[in-house]
Amino acid sequence: MTEIRIHGRGGQGTVLASSVLAQALVEEGKYVVAVPSFGFERRGAPVAAFLRVSDREIRAMTNIYHPDIILCIDPTVGRTVDIFAGMGPGGTLVQSTKAELDAVKLGPNVAKVGLCDAVTIALKIFNKPITNSVMLGAFAKTTGMVKLDSLKAALETTEFRDAGLKQNMDAIAQGYEGTIVHTVGGHA
Amino acid sequence: MTVQTKPNKVIVCEGNEAAARGVALARPDVVSVYPITPQSSLVEALSQMIADGELDAELINAEGEHSVLSSLQGACLAGARTYTATSAQGLAFMFEPYIRAPGLRLPMVLGIVTRDVLSPQCVWGGHQDAMLVRECGWIQMYCETVQEILDTNIMAYKVAEHPEVMLPVNVCHDGNYLSFGIARCELPEQGLVDDFLGPKSINWHVALDPERPMAVDPLTGGSNNPGPAMFVRYRMGQTESMGRALRVISEVHTDWGKRTGRHHAPLIEEYRMEGAQVALVTIGSMTGAAKDAVDAARDSGQAVGLVKVKTYRPFPAQAMTKALANVKAVGVVDRSVSFAWNGGPVYQDTLTALALAGQRLPIQSMIGGLAGADITQEHFERAIARVFGLAKGEGSTETHWMNEKD
Repeated sequence: MTEIRIHGRGGQGTVLASSVLAQALVEEGKYVVAVPSFGFERRGAPVAAFLRVSDREIRAMTNIYHPDIILCIDPTVGRTVDIFAGMGPGGTLVQSTKAELDAVKLGPNVAKVGLCDAVTIALKIFNKPITNSVMLGAFAKTTGMVKLDSLKAALETTEFRDAGLKQNMDAIAQGYEGTIVHTVGGHA
Repeated sequence: MTVQTKPNKVIVCEGNEAAARGVALARPDVVSVYPITPQSSLVEALSQMIADGELDAELINAEGEHSVLSSLQGACLAGARTYTATSAQGLAFMFEPYIRAPGLRLPMVLGIVTRDVLSPQCVWGGHQDAMLVRECGWIQMYCETVQEILDTNIMAYKVAEHPEVMLPVNVCHDGNYLSFGIARCELPEQGLVDDFLGPKSINWHVALDPERPMAVDPLTGGSNNPGPAMFVRYRMGQTESMGRALRVISEVHTDWGKRTGRHHAPLIEEYRMEGAQVALVTIGSMTGAAKDAVDAARDSGQAVGLVKVKTYRPFPAQAMTKALANVKAVGVVDRSVSFAWNGGPVYQDTLTALALAGQRLPIQSMIGGLAGADITQEHFERAIARVFGLAKGEGSTETHWMNEKD
């Protein structure tokens, strides 16, 4: 069982990203359960979504308190929320940021980091800083848990409010290409 | 939202969409809706299917829940298969037609996407809304998983329209954790569902039929004719049908299991109850985490089991007392409150069933998951420890509030 917590802000498509990722992982034969955190979805307010992935059926429909992977699709939400809360040793962080590794805030148990300047890519593609699709590409590159083709297949059946399918396909591909993966701490 | 990933139609969707897809497969004639959190995406999905021509049904966008259910009662009386869903305050506003449907013997299906009721202000999950109407004469089934929501909505029509039942059915699923929880879900073929449900069954006794004009819902009671006896016979007929519903629900689940390979427990599910010294009783989506906690306890040598309530109304008293016949203590976890007894409603029913069966044992009400609170495996592990304590005569059986400090 792998537990993934997605952090973002209202309006960036955090919950939609969890849905697309869930569909892609099911496409690859996995069992997945995704539960969004509950709040009023105001634009800009911190939001989270919780995703469990397993080769076997998953029963717990609960939030995630000890994530193995943190996918943070917003560069600044980590200032107001402790995105690393509960992460155990050997964790993975996939972070939207312009910064280099030495300037990125890391939790004590992060062993692997994927960094992607998702805002720049999103502005280029969508003219808006909507980073969810870009960061799904970054997730695929960093974790190797899901194929780009599976993400693209999931996108094909997803309805987007702010952009078209082709733009989102590009976003995933450029997010994948634009992500640099680092090993830190040495116990990945 | 949906991706079909395999030839056997595996979709990935939230619980609300699963409910909508189950309902659509049952081919309702009339769907009447008014949106409310956390039900909205369910009726939006159904409305979209009707707009796209995927579901051939009349859609009524009513001005409120009272009109929603009133319009559906008219449709049902005219022989239509109907559907709506609501939550919390919406159910409260629907109460007048809601309480009329069982006595009219209308085989309707109404989804309750459960939510705590006001006040204080809260739009998040709890079972308080569905539990508040537990004595109105509707059958109530509570789902544990996204798949069970889809399957139960289809089965609900077969139960409601069964000639020996002819009663309205609530399919309840938890607001938030199930309504918006996304999971892998098998979508049955339309032909399979058509074959399972068979021809629509209409309650001709109350049907509005121009060929056989008759008064529906006669005035009963009072000191003149027809007198209270007619009213009493109606009430007795309702309770007798509720009693028969237990058998019908079991038969319908067995039939569905044979056709789909998905065997959901119809009344209660006994999980690892063999040799159990103590038991937890659960209802709804909390059950998954509770099963994980039971497995962990069993792995460390603790003989604990779990009984999940699927059918809550009518209450499966016999099945419950049989399941709990050999345990030394029970903890009943409710997601709602009975203000009369300072405990949970499922606890009250379990207590009554055990008392009637002459089974005396320590039993504690545990209330969790109010207002969308998470009941985690750790909460259930502490609950199990508590119940083992009760079995040894330690600790109080006073109501325990599981999320008091969350």
